[in-house]
Amino acid sequence: MPKTGPNPSPGGIAARPAPARTGGLAGWLRRELLGGWVSSCTTLALLACALWFLPPLGNWALWQAVWQPDVAACHAARGTGACWGMLAEKYRFILLGRYPLEEGWRPLLATLLLLVLVLTSGVRRCWNRWLVLAWVLVWVLFMALMGGGVLGWVPVPTDRWGGLPLTLMLSTLSIVLACPLAVVLALGRRSQMPAIRVLCSLYIELVRGVPLISVLFMASFLFPLFLPVGATPDVLLRVLLGIALFAAAYLAETVRAGLQSVPRGQTEAAASVGLGWWPTQRLVVLPQALGAVVPGLMNSFISIFKDSSLITIVSLYELTGSLGLALSGDPLWRPFMVEGYLFITLIYFVVCAAMSRYSLWVEQQQARSSAR
Amino acid sequence: MIAPAIATDPLIRFQQLNKWFGRDFHVLRDIDLDIARGERLVVCGPSGSGKSTLIRCINALEPFQQGSLQVAGVVLHPEGQEDARAIAQVRRHVGMVFQQFNLFPHLSVLDNLTLGPIHAAKVPPAQAQAHALVQLERVHIADQAHKFPLQLSGGQQQRVAIARALCLSPDILLFDEPTSALDPEMVHEVLDAMTQLARQGITMICVTHEMDFARSVADRVVFMDQGQIIEQATPAAFFAQPATQRAQQFLDKLIGRS
Repeated sequence: MPKTGPNPSPGGIAARPAPARTGGLAGWLRRELLGGWVSSCTTLALLACALWFLPPLGNWALWQAVWQPDVAACHAARGTGACWGMLAEKYRFILLGRYPLEEGWRPLLATLLLLVLVLTSGVRRCWNRWLVLAWVLVWVLFMALMGGGVLGWVPVPTDRWGGLPLTLMLSTLSIVLACPLAVVLALGRRSQMPAIRVLCSLYIELVRGVPLISVLFMASFLFPLFLPVGATPDVLLRVLLGIALFAAAYLAETVRAGLQSVPRGQTEAAASVGLGWWPTQRLVVLPQALGAVVPGLMNSFISIFKDSSLITIVSLYELTGSLGLALSGDPLWRPFMVEGYLFITLIYFVVCAAMSRYSLWVEQQQARSSAR
Repeated sequence: MIAPAIATDPLIRFQQLNKWFGRDFHVLRDIDLDIARGERLVVCGPSGSGKSTLIRCINALEPFQQGSLQVAGVVLHPEGQEDARAIAQVRRHVGMVFQQFNLFPHLSVLDNLTLGPIHAAKVPPAQAQAHALVQLERVHIADQAHKFPLQLSGGQQQRVAIARALCLSPDILLFDEPTSALDPEMVHEVLDAMTQLARQGITMICVTHEMDFARSVADRVVFMDQGQIIEQATPAAFFAQPATQRAQQFLDKLIGRS
């Protein structure tokens, strides 16, 4: 047991506290930034870079920027100042894509609902039956809000959905669908039964060997050719399944890494208390395996989130796609693509940073609950 | 060789059991061994002699290739003819304590103990928890019920593991070198718990090199070498005057070490 009290001193030397670091801010500066000539040179070089780059950047992004949606002023400032006024003019189109403007409150509400649902699901204390119910309810509501056709809402076909709601919906649903499949594939790849093992390995290797773009093309153009005429499922659904099936192969390998990190003694102990194969996996192996690969899983989630931008190629306009649509179709504002990209970069960054912070938080929680 | 006293109906019966690892490693050779109900058996021998493998056969953690094994009236068949129901049945009768404790680190001590009873034996959770607390009391560790395994010392973890094995109310307890992974200061608390259990009449099979424990607790010592049972005797006879030279060498080394 770790002791918290003062250490006993059998040799007659009393325990004493470690020396405190001294020097304050000046000491810190000298130690961390100017400690030795390599460190000092690096510090000076970086300082020079900052002096070189920051003033022009500040000029462009802030002092010389145009903040009003004024086309003439923006064109006049081209090359010297950013045109943030473009965002004021176009933000609805960028965020919601081709969704009918007058119905804009519906995707907005749907997005908020989805965000609340995802955030709530991240808290362990909320993991109960109500959360399952909430998932069902929120998704029914999400689809109703987006699709319309009920409660007197105007129907909006899925090919007009777009922007941020589409990005969030696609990435959330594909992650939720991919995870269970990934667990099954990972368990299958470690199975004692050769047929299952070969099948799962084959699936993972095949899917990993193909770029996501070609999977999306297949889902969008090739797949309907194999179906009877008139029985074509919605393109959004096909693309969603395509991404989920694709992501599952990657996630499966991460999960398998986790499974391999669980010592064999754990399954033996589970067997010795009478658990069969499936309860052993569910209660003993998987909780430890998934806990061990949280960083890897979150890595894949983040990349799924960003890969969803590829669906533009099958004419679904999520965040990135709707930015292109908003600007390239409008000769007045077309030159201000950079500002638009910076805007959606910020959105992607906020979401990805939140995911990565969450992953760190989960790791800390685990460390607190299980280690000494 | 001294024939040990065996009840008419042994609880565990090995008959001409053989096991190989892969093709070439013949790890158990023609094992014949009867263990009576209530008997306390110590298995010892040099490392690699097959003693751990022998007891792991008893709860079917290891398959074997030839011969037969009966545990608590259930017949375990050689590899390829295993019967999942028989294995499950045997595991209800047998509890096991491992060298490395093998507690479930993601579960609290109490959940470690109730996992088997709730999910395998389908005991109602409240009842399983009450029973688990009784078992923790038996190894004097009930005050740690809500901690996680890694917050405990090695000796405490091993006592939790013993309590976990007891939670299924087994007829047989297997100990696979239960004190070998412990700091020397903690060995005695685990041995004390085991001694206490031995007095309560449960059938125990221990792989251990703790000779004092074997002397004071065991009814019989089984000495193994190279996959064979070479010698069986009462602890008094075995430690005073082993019949084989191989056992004598082993004991000399053990005494020289301690």
